[in-house]
Amino acid sequence: MKDKKIIIAGLVIFLVILFSPFLYNMFVNAGSAQPAPELVLTEKAKAAEACVRSTEYMKAEHMKVLDLWRHSVVRNAERIYVNSKGQEFTMSLSNTCLDCHSNKAEFCDRCHDYASVRPYCWDCHIDNPKEKK
Amino acid sequence: MENSRRNFLKIAGFSALGVGTGPVLDAFAKEAAQATVPEYQIKKGSEALTARQWAMVVDTRKFESSKDLEPLVEACHKIHNVPKFENKRHEIKWIWEEEYHNAFPMKAAKFVSEKIEHTPFAVLCNHCENPPCVRACPTQATFKRESDGIVLMDFHRCIGCRFCMAACPFGARSFNFRDPEPFIAEKNTKFPRRTKGVVEKCNFCAERLAVGQLPACVEKSKGALVFGDLYDPQSEVRELIKTNYTIRRKQSLGTEPSVYYIV
Repeated sequence: MKDKKIIIAGLVIFLVILFSPFLYNMFVNAGSAQPAPELVLTEKAKAAEACVRSTEYMKAEHMKVLDLWRHSVVRNAERIYVNSKGQEFTMSLSNTCLDCHSNKAEFCDRCHDYASVRPYCWDCHIDNPKEKK
Repeated sequence: MENSRRNFLKIAGFSALGVGTGPVLDAFAKEAAQATVPEYQIKKGSEALTARQWAMVVDTRKFESSKDLEPLVEACHKIHNVPKFENKRHEIKWIWEEEYHNAFPMKAAKFVSEKIEHTPFAVLCNHCENPPCVRACPTQATFKRESDGIVLMDFHRCIGCRFCMAACPFGARSFNFRDPEPFIAEKNTKFPRRTKGVVEKCNFCAERLAVGQLPACVEKSKGALVFGDLYDPQSEVRELIKTNYTIRRKQSLGTEPSVYYIV
């Protein structure tokens, strides 16, 4: 137990280095995180007021909805989605989703860039030509 | 002392039971609530056309020259965003023209009637009842749809291995060796494109059948192509097959093609 002081000092240094990225963000770099992007709704989307599901659900789970839609349209030939309010929607990314959300750059891209995800939906599902630059 | 230990165990046992059953009851209650108000439902469109096995009869007597066939091919390729490549090795085709001896290599005799030799045959995916391409696909990207017998593709799942192209005896499948986007003259925004590295083929216009329309080529053919349910004895295709001599492509391979030709 003669080296107690050295060991404890070493441990403290190790822990500081281990947590340095978190400490840096907490004290030095505090509050500098990018704010969440602001999404722009098209006139059509504003007029519709609600999406297929609640906004909160769509924000978090829209990819799961799209997955389900693809599966039931392509594999089961079932194309109509009825939400809990009884509204009917044609399950189509090109014709239903992108019809309202035709502003890819201000709606889709902003969040995807922020979250650093790169979905390739638009390689095939044509984004609205009006938005092409 | 003994008595209090006994009591302690009793109380502990009852509390454990209470703590344990709480979440289970909660889960049951949640399930019951969900069953009454479903979050969503999925159903078929009311105007969708249905069949046990879609089939087509091509009345080749109504095709005189390539000119009669071109509008059909054009209509199909336009609505499905099929690119047009000048290089034959990159060609993508869903429906195209073939000569008799190429379309029916097992039937062509050394000498055939002049009329048949000069008739353009419209060929497309046969939507076989026993499709070899489906068996070859390692990802089930291509599959035989149980509900209507169409051999369909889920382009999202295709990994571009081209086993299906090797398996298909009709050459009905094409591979996107290049990005097709710049080669689509007029884009149809209602239907998706494909990307490089994906196989594609005729889908019997599944997207049109779902909204009560006949396939684009049938609509354009002025009665030369007839579409219907192969297993409905009253259907128009069955009527034509009953009253005319029909042949199918490479029937001896046992894939059971669903496209019949009146010659």
